[in-house]
Amino acid sequence: MMDNLTRNKSEFAVELTQLKKSFDGKEFILKGIDLKIPRGSLTAIIGFSGTGKSVLLKHMLGLFRPTSGSVKILGTDLSTLDDNALTLFRCNYGVLFQSAALFDDMTVLENVCFPLEEHRRDLKKDQVLEIAEKKLSGVNLEPKHFGKLPNQISGGMQKRTGLARALALDPEILLYDEPTTGLDPILTEMVDDLIVSTHRARPGTTSIMVSHDLYAAFRIADFVVMLDAGRVLLSGTADDFYKTDIELVRKFVDKGIKHQ
Amino acid sequence: MSMSRPIIQKIAGGIDRVYYFLKDSTLGFIAEIGRISVFGYESTVLLFAKPYRFAEIIKHLEFIGNQSVGIITLTSIFTGLALSFQVYLGFKLVNAVNLVGPTVALGISRELGPVLTGLIVAARAGGAMAARLGTMRVNEQLDALDVMGVNTKQYLIAPRIVAAVITMPLLTALFDFMAMVGSWFLCTKLLYLDHAVFMEKIRSTLEFRHIAEGLVKAAIFGFIFAVICTYKGFNTSGGAKGVGEATNKGVVVSMVCIIILDYFLMNLIRIFYLVTGIGS
Repeated sequence: MMDNLTRNKSEFAVELTQLKKSFDGKEFILKGIDLKIPRGSLTAIIGFSGTGKSVLLKHMLGLFRPTSGSVKILGTDLSTLDDNALTLFRCNYGVLFQSAALFDDMTVLENVCFPLEEHRRDLKKDQVLEIAEKKLSGVNLEPKHFGKLPNQISGGMQKRTGLARALALDPEILLYDEPTTGLDPILTEMVDDLIVSTHRARPGTTSIMVSHDLYAAFRIADFVVMLDAGRVLLSGTADDFYKTDIELVRKFVDKGIKHQ
Repeated sequence: MSMSRPIIQKIAGGIDRVYYFLKDSTLGFIAEIGRISVFGYESTVLLFAKPYRFAEIIKHLEFIGNQSVGIITLTSIFTGLALSFQVYLGFKLVNAVNLVGPTVALGISRELGPVLTGLIVAARAGGAMAARLGTMRVNEQLDALDVMGVNTKQYLIAPRIVAAVITMPLLTALFDFMAMVGSWFLCTKLLYLDHAVFMEKIRSTLEFRHIAEGLVKAAIFGFIFAVICTYKGFNTSGGAKGVGEATNKGVVVSMVCIIILDYFLMNLIRIFYLVTGIGS
């Protein structure tokens, strides 16, 4: 199962070993996940609701500590980092949240400037603005929207702003948490295309997408990982999913594709 | 005998439930106090860590302090008017109306000033803090800050705490002054007490330490409501309903704590005066 993900790759952006998580010490949300995501790949993590996708993502981000097992990101075991080191380590990530999570008291441009102002104190204000404007233009957002507050722009524009902000520090790993949930089909396709074009424009960057959107996962991802009940049910390419004999995967794929 | 057994079992079951309810509530309360204390400590020490958040502190000074001036002025004047009139009615019975001024001055500067300012600012600014942080939590903005490598406690909590600690004594000083203006107006203009006697009695009774103890209390109240409200907001869960609950709990718990703490601080200050001999 793992071989499909690791073939022709020797280095991994994410390495999860026997990852288990329980919040109450009794019921386990993650029941021993083994997963390796190669550097530079675009990987989609799919699964039914409540299978632990978001919990898994939060472990990758270091927002949750595992009950047991290890989480290695870019070769660094997150459990070895204290809170301050972990905070700094997170500069390696760019995250596009489900709700875009823009700061509602800042304009579109200020949202993108924010990570630069926090972590690139060597830059002058003009340089920060220049980079932020470039990132916003890179996600096809017109300058007339730069001065608007997040609640004054559409959902699609908010996603694009969120992506520009995620890209601001040129992170090595880009994570997308349900990027198309709640969007109409046209916007969904636009966001999917944006994810692909962003990934292709940045060779070496590892992109990980957590999604319900099976069609998008198969269309744009190099590798797909399916979770069920806190375990990896199947990982591989889209072809592996179409050819599998695992009944639950076939059911999920058939229903998902029909639905979409 | 067979009839009494079920009744005894019911009573025993009831006692059991009450016991476990009291035990769980007490332990839960102590644990919550512990969590709030750790949260307050962790956030406060981050004030001294780089990068310093001066711009954020100034923003919150303006919000907690400047934007509370109107409501503090209004409420303090009417507090001074109402309190003075009640004291006047009482003192008139014993023919001691000349003591209305100093009595009101002492009551305002030591107790009512800091307590009422604390309650008003906790309701206005503390509620807003809890609601703002709660909304940021449910909208994933706090997660976004975390994954951007920004220490959320240092960026969001510490500036609010320090701003509350700085502004509360200033707002209390304003409350004290405006309440005394109200008292002076009522006594000299409406009740026709002598202006010179009113001022002289206050001057001879009120000492700097009386005002100072109120201001110290105010700073402590500022710390308390800022920590409680930010804690409640920071740990919000459950969408819009959760934000409402966090705001409500933050304000209510802050107010109760301010009133209870005021009593203990009053006693601590008395003990301090006794030990040091100040004012003896």
